[in-house]
Amino acid sequence: MFLRKIATAVAITTLSTGAWAACSFDNDTELKSLSNSFDAMKAVTDAMAECGNVTSTLDVDFKDKMPDAFAANPSLYQIGGVSQGTMVPLLNAGTIRPLDDLVAKYGSQLKPSQLIKVNGKIMAIAMQVNNQHLMYRADIFADLGIAVPTTYAEMVAAAKKMQSYNLVDYPIGGTYKAGWNLGEEFINTYLGNGGEFFGEGNTPSINNAAGLATLNTMKSLTPYMDPEYLVSDSTYVQQQFQQGKIAMANLWATRAGAMDNAEESQVVGKVVMASAPMGSVRAASTNWWDGIVFATNMTDAQADAAFRVAMEGIDTEMVQANNDAAVWLIDGFVAGSAAAGAIATADNGAAPYPSSSPGMGAMHTALGNGLAAFLNGEKSAAKTLADIEAAYTITATESGLI
Amino acid sequence: MNKKTFLAFIGPSVLMMVLFIALPLATVLKQSFYQTQSVYETLEVETCSPTFTGQVCIKEIKTIPIIGDNGKVITQTNYVGLSNYQNVLEFPRVIAAFANNSWHEFMLIDFWKALRFTLSFTLITLPLVLFFGLLIALCINNVAKSIRGPVIFVSLLPMIITPVIGALAIRWLFIGDGVLTSFLEWWFAKDIAMFAQAWTIEFMMTFYRVWHVAPFAAIVFYAGLQTVNQDTIESAIIDGASRWQKLRFVILPHLMPLIVFVTLIHLMDAYRVFEEVIGFSSQAHVISLQWLTYDFLTADLMGNRSIGRASASSMLTMIGITLLLIPVLRGVWNDYKGKRL
Repeated sequence: MFLRKIATAVAITTLSTGAWAACSFDNDTELKSLSNSFDAMKAVTDAMAECGNVTSTLDVDFKDKMPDAFAANPSLYQIGGVSQGTMVPLLNAGTIRPLDDLVAKYGSQLKPSQLIKVNGKIMAIAMQVNNQHLMYRADIFADLGIAVPTTYAEMVAAAKKMQSYNLVDYPIGGTYKAGWNLGEEFINTYLGNGGEFFGEGNTPSINNAAGLATLNTMKSLTPYMDPEYLVSDSTYVQQQFQQGKIAMANLWATRAGAMDNAEESQVVGKVVMASAPMGSVRAASTNWWDGIVFATNMTDAQADAAFRVAMEGIDTEMVQANNDAAVWLIDGFVAGSAAAGAIATADNGAAPYPSSSPGMGAMHTALGNGLAAFLNGEKSAAKTLADIEAAYTITATESGLI
Repeated sequence: MNKKTFLAFIGPSVLMMVLFIALPLATVLKQSFYQTQSVYETLEVETCSPTFTGQVCIKEIKTIPIIGDNGKVITQTNYVGLSNYQNVLEFPRVIAAFANNSWHEFMLIDFWKALRFTLSFTLITLPLVLFFGLLIALCINNVAKSIRGPVIFVSLLPMIITPVIGALAIRWLFIGDGVLTSFLEWWFAKDIAMFAQAWTIEFMMTFYRVWHVAPFAAIVFYAGLQTVNQDTIESAIIDGASRWQKLRFVILPHLMPLIVFVTLIHLMDAYRVFEEVIGFSSQAHVISLQWLTYDFLTADLMGNRSIGRASASSMLTMIGITLLLIPVLRGVWNDYKGKRL
């Protein structure tokens, strides 16, 4: 959805002048923020804009822009929306600033769990947690008398049963778009099967029983998916759900609220959230956090204003107005039905996304590029894994990790 | 023209070409022999981050880049000889594939897969662009003068559209239950998924490129048609030449230099096919050489890019274009020599 991304980036670039009543102070410093585009982030940036002079860019391709934009001096953006994965390149390059003094001055509303600390220094403020979990059409499952699937095998069995009734176009939806999305699906399931990505000294270690099992699980779902699954990203799957074309999918918790959005969804009240399917060891999903970082390359006065504006963006008032948009970490959040799946997934032991492994970036890219050949039937499972390891090794050797 | 005037005229453009073409090319060539790495240190790092149930602090040994006094990551650049080229071309895997006598295995290696598509795309679209370009030009030339302006305008429209936008338009017509896919499904009474296999995607890419470029060829040929010698045409008619014979023996020879020109431009453009791969997000099925370069340049989650491999792949793309152009340029050269004698 390339143009969608551009359109979102442009359309959601909101500019607000003049302070609104909702913001406790009148901001007169020009501030810019860059972040991913999803409902919860939009709620936060809208709340920040109420303070005045804040321009927010919400862009699905933000992670490609961010490292260079923050490395500029002065930084092109003062405020950044990141997750634990996208924070790493900024942290490694030293382009985000420690926040201890600002938190002491303006951050009294923050809960301790919101403070992301690296070696004791606060480097980011978390606002929400996120993971992928099962969403399913409760009406269809009830009509056909199918129990809610708890494993991928049960998902396939449910899909098989559903197929003969022709209620939906495709029983299963999946964010299998080649590239980052497909890589993420593998990581979810592989971790669910108890896999480890790296051996000693950043060497790859995915060509094993857990890896093979993961590939076979992924392939077992594809016959029940839209044949164009290799171009389906999160937004596409969300729309398929909203248009009643699919009956179940593992989708991001941040997409749960959209199912009940009457303006776009034809399945309001019919989609229920449950835990991600279990792998052989834990739930096949990864836990993420999303939060806010501040550029190193700006004046202290700008940093002051940026931090205060951000605190207005993630205050209790915003959470109360957008309770179901995310699983907020902020005071005032009441876990509702939209958050049930994400919390159940976490309870089932889903692992955090392993962003702290230095080779994870190269591994994620290699997985995203290499898996399609297996799903297309061009390569055997073992060869696919061996080739991905080889591709990873080339990149990791080049960048000096091995 | 004396030598001084001549130099004064071409001086600025030579300077520009050195600055903006030769120098960047030389830098890319140099970069293709080097690799830049961050300097890493291994440290124990304690990270505290939120989970669904509260905060968790983990201590682990991490490899992280060292930041220098100027606030930038310290890097070192090493000369690596041809290693970037080896990593792109992957000869050991090529040899293994040939040892197994397996074309299929050969086509699983990224560079060669991309080369196969890039070449076949270039060579299939070329004759189609020339054919449809000529056809449109002849049509325009034969419509009544009064409506010729509007007809030219309409036939030029595809060329005006930005390539990425055009590719996306085609994508939306066909993806999922797009308008045209729905129509095809109704027509053939079966479920059709145009983005689920390589050949349909390649077909749409070819269709799109011909649709996009044929108007350019048409307008060039149309200009050429205005200068066809009418006396020769009349003589041909008096000699009893058919429509086809007029085209074959009078018009086509007259247009030959323009056909060569369009061929040159199209070979260079089509070999750099990129917009279609992005627009159709076809990387799971079809990739091109230019896309491969782009993929090497894209930073991964840790912010690393393979600049060396990207440079090597750019140089290989340039070598490929040059090889493709040699036969055409040789033809032009021979013609030129022939005329001079």
